[in-house]
Amino acid sequence: MERIPILKMNEFLLVSIQVDMHDRLAMTLQDDLTDRIVRDRARGVLIDISSLEIVDSFIGRMIGNIAAMSRVLDAETVVVGMRPAVAITLVELGLSLPGVRTSLNVDKGMELLRSSLADGGNGQRHAGR
Amino acid sequence: MPADETLPVRSSHDIVVVRQVVRTWAMDIGFNLVEQTKIVTAASELARNTIDHGGGGSARLQRVQNGGRAGLRLTFEDKGPGIADIDLALKDGYTTGGGLGLGLSGARRLSNEFEIQSRPGEGTRVTITRWK
Repeated sequence: MERIPILKMNEFLLVSIQVDMHDRLAMTLQDDLTDRIVRDRARGVLIDISSLEIVDSFIGRMIGNIAAMSRVLDAETVVVGMRPAVAITLVELGLSLPGVRTSLNVDKGMELLRSSLADGGNGQRHAGR
Repeated sequence: MPADETLPVRSSHDIVVVRQVVRTWAMDIGFNLVEQTKIVTAASELARNTIDHGGGGSARLQRVQNGGRAGLRLTFEDKGPGIADIDLALKDGYTTGGGLGLGLSGARRLSNEFEIQSRPGEGTRVTITRWK
């Protein structure tokens, strides 16, 4: 079955979506990521969407779900690389991705994940917000 | 490039094809990147509605002209159960499918013209147009 690869880098998981995702592929990614967060004890998930030419309400909902599920599993999600045209369209569509943290690029996203881990209290599992 | 083309909308993969063909047409008509993104996103929402609520159907693409203005018209048609209350279906957040309820209302916001015809038991036809 077709799958989007998930890479592990220390305590983070990295996903770069490089294809125009059909809906089932998006659902598979959601399931795979939640499995991997638990199995790899990941503390953060970074999703690079710089290759995505559109984000519609289905993909938007998937991103929101991943952020919510990872939060429940004690991991942070950061979405990076959204194209400006995609951002404009998303907001007009009525979707502002509440609860999803975003950064302009992978470097800034990693910084955000690291600093939010550090804020969580000296290596201890943080209790959430 | 033809001025009129109809594509099947029956599977999750068909939605991807509709997005790609609409993108090609929008580029060919000369829409800028933001306009392309808007109409492709609207098409994606309506194609998914055709499958989720209409049980599948078709998407028709037409290159249209109004005076000196070129436009792209998309018509999504299904023979599904239809929509009993169109005003309600157009409300943000209203859903019967477990989604976010932004498909129809969002597609309307992303288009210049929007028309919907539906009868319970007979199906639904949604037409959107975006002008350059």
